[in-house]
Amino acid sequence: MNDTKSPSRNAPKAPEAAGADRPQDNGGGLFTGRGLVCVRGGRTVFEGLDFTLKSGDALVLLGPNGSGKSSLLRIMAGLLKPGGGDLLWYGYAVTDDPESHHARQHYVGHLDGLKAAMTVSENLSFWTGLRMGEAPPPGLIRNALDTFGLDHLADFPARMLSAGQKRRLSLARVLASPADLWLLDEPAVALDRESVATLEQAIARHRRRGGMVVVATHSEIALSRAWPLYLDRFAPSSGLAELREDAATALGDGGHKSARASRQEAQP
Amino acid sequence: MHRFANPKRFLRIAAVVLPWSTALTVALLGLGLYFALLASPADYQQGESVRIMYVHVPAAWMALFVYSCLAAASAVALIWKHPVADLVAKASAPIGACFTFIALATGSIWGKPMWGVWWVWDARLTSVLILFFFYMGHIALTSAFEDASRGERAAAILALVGFINIPVIKWSVDWWNTLHQPASMIRMDGPAIHTSMLAPLLIMAAAFTAYYVTVLILRLRGEILTRKIGALRMTRIQDRQEERTPHMKEV
Amino acid sequence: MTGFWLIVRRDVVMAWRQGGDGFMAIMFFLITVTLFPLSVGPESTILARIGAAVVWVAALLATLLSLERMFQSDFEDGSLDLMAITPLSLEAVVLAKCLANWLLTGAPLLLAAPVLAMMLHMDREGLAIFVTAMALGTPSLVFTGAIGAALTVGARRGGVLLTLLVLPLYIPVLIFGVGAVEAAVMGQPAQPHLLVLGGLLLGTLPLGLWASTAALRQALE
Repeated sequence: MNDTKSPSRNAPKAPEAAGADRPQDNGGGLFTGRGLVCVRGGRTVFEGLDFTLKSGDALVLLGPNGSGKSSLLRIMAGLLKPGGGDLLWYGYAVTDDPESHHARQHYVGHLDGLKAAMTVSENLSFWTGLRMGEAPPPGLIRNALDTFGLDHLADFPARMLSAGQKRRLSLARVLASPADLWLLDEPAVALDRESVATLEQAIARHRRRGGMVVVATHSEIALSRAWPLYLDRFAPSSGLAELREDAATALGDGGHKSARASRQEAQP
Repeated sequence: MHRFANPKRFLRIAAVVLPWSTALTVALLGLGLYFALLASPADYQQGESVRIMYVHVPAAWMALFVYSCLAAASAVALIWKHPVADLVAKASAPIGACFTFIALATGSIWGKPMWGVWWVWDARLTSVLILFFFYMGHIALTSAFEDASRGERAAAILALVGFINIPVIKWSVDWWNTLHQPASMIRMDGPAIHTSMLAPLLIMAAAFTAYYVTVLILRLRGEILTRKIGALRMTRIQDRQEERTPHMKEV
Repeated sequence: MTGFWLIVRRDVVMAWRQGGDGFMAIMFFLITVTLFPLSVGPESTILARIGAAVVWVAALLATLLSLERMFQSDFEDGSLDLMAITPLSLEAVVLAKCLANWLLTGAPLLLAAPVLAMMLHMDREGLAIFVTAMALGTPSLVFTGAIGAALTVGARRGGVLLTLLVLPLYIPVLIFGVGAVEAAVMGQPAQPHLLVLGGLLLGTLPLGLWASTAALRQALE
C-alpha cells in the first residue's frame, strides 16, 4: 500500500507485475519512505508522508505548486535532509550509506547541469564518466544521444541548443548509464510530442528491467499502472490557531484572549 | 510546529531569569566601577591610567568568552539542529563584536601612554583584530541570504572555522615575543596580580558577563517573537490562497 | 580517468575556453606588481624591502578574484546538485575543484614569481626561499578561500562578503610567507617560517575541505 494517508483514493490497485522476481527485502518494498517531513524556510511543507516502491513501479507526484514535489524528489535523491522520518532502501536507512544511494540513482532536476562552452558529447561524457568512475566509451555516449535525436549535435557547444534540446540532453544522461532508481522532476517541460514518446518508451523499458521511477509532472507523460501521490494531502493541518496561541502566551497576553480567538475561529 | 516547541520553554525560563540578571548587572557594574575607579590602588609605574585595565581586560575576556559561546551554540545548531542554538549564535555575535571593539579601543588608549604607539602589529593585537573580523563576517553572513536559515547555518560553519583563533589569542603572548604583556591571570602558577587589583577585575568581569546574559535574553526574545510573527503572516497568506483556489485534483 | 580527474580537467578546460577567468588573475597579479616599482621609485633598497610583501599581497588578491567563480556557476546551472549525488564523495569533489583552482592561479603565480622577484631586485638567497614559501602558501590560500566561496554561494553581494570572510583567514599565511622571505634576505634562518607555512597547509587542507563541504551541503538544501 502506498498512499496510506488518504483513504478516499480513487486510483485502482496496481496488479502484481507479471513474472517479476521480487527480491527478498527487509520489511516491505525496495524503496520506502516513512513519515517524511519537509520544512522549507521555516514552513512545514508536508509531514507524515509514506510511500513504498517495488521493482518496476512508477510513482507520480501530483499537487499544486508549492506542495513539495521538487522537495520530495530532492529528499529521495539525498540532496535535502528531511525534517523527520526515514528513507529506506531494502529496509536499511539510506543515510547509513549515502554513496551507494547516489550510485543507484539518476536525478534530473529543473536545471540541466550543462556547461555552455563544452560540446554536447563532452557534457554527456563528463556526467556519465563521473557516475561510472572512468571515462565512458564513445559508443555509449553516441547511443544515448541518438536515442533522443541529438547525435547530429554531438560536437556543437551546448550554448547553441534550444531549451528542448537541453532537456533532451539531460534525459540522455539518464540513458547513458544504468541506475535502479530514476528521479525525474518535470522531465517533459519544453519537450515536443516525439521526445515525450521517446521518454515514455525509455521509462517503460527501464521498468520492465526492474527499475523504479518517481516523476513529478503535470500530466504530459503517460505511464501505465503508475501510483499517484497527492502531496497536498500531506500538507500540515492549518496550525494557525496553535500559532496564535503561541504568540499570545509569548507576548504575555495570558489564556483568555487566545481562548476567545480560537472560539471565534470555530464559528465560520 | 516542532520548531517552536522549545522556544516556548525558553521564553518561560527567560521571563524568570531576566529580572535577576538585569539586577545583577546593575549591581555588579556599580560595585566594580566603584572599586575600579575609587577603591583600588594606582599603579606605581603608570599612575591613574592603569584604571583603563578594569575595562580593557574584562572586555577582552568577554570577547573570547562570547565567541566560545557562539561557537558552542553553532556546534549544537549544526549537530542537533536545535532551533534556539542558531538564535543564540546570531544574537551573541553583535555583543561579542562590541566587546572586541571595546577591548581594541581601550587597549589603544591605554597603549599610547604606555608603549608610545596607538597600534602595533604584534601577535596578540593582530589575532584579536582577526577575531573582530570573524565577528563582522558572522554578522554579515547571517543576513546575506534570502532564506534566513541558510545564512544562520553558513554562519555556524564560519563560527567553528574561526574558533581556532581563540587558543591563538590566548597563547599568542607566550608563543611570540610580543609588546603585549604576558599572561598574568590564567597561568600554571595561579594569578600574578595582587588581590586589591584582582578583585575589581573579577567583579567587572562578572558584571560584563551578567550584561551579556541580560542582553542575550532580550535579543533572543525579540528574535523568537519576530519569527512567530513571520510564521503567522506566512500561514495567513497560505490560508488566503487556499480560499481562492480550492485543491486542484489533477492527473 | 577517475571521476576526480574528470572534475579537475573540466574546470581547467572551462577556464581555458572562457578565456578571461584564470588569466585575469595572472594579469592582475602582473599589473599590480609592476605598478609598485613605478610608484615607489626605482631605488633598489626600498624595492628589496617591500618586494616580498608586494608579491604576496598581489598573489592573495589575485586568488580572491578567482574564488568567486569556484562554485557559483556550478551552483547556478545545477551542476553542483549533480556533483553532490555522484558516487564520488563531496569532499573529493571539493578537493578536485581546489586543485583545478590552484592549477589556474597558484601554479602560474609560482612560475611568474621568480621573474617578478628579479624585477623587484630581490636577492638570490631570498628567491629560493620565496618560491618555496609560495609553493607552500598558495595551496593554503586556495583551501581557505574555498571555505569563503562555499559559504557565500548564492548570497546577495557575494563577492564583497567573500572578501570579508576570507581575508582574516589569509592573514596567517601572509604573515609567515613574507616573514620567511624577509628572514632569508636578512640572513636569518627562514626555516621556522617555512615550517609554520607547511603546518598551515596541513591544517587548512582538512579544515578547508570539511568547512567547504558542509557549506555546500547547506547551500544545496
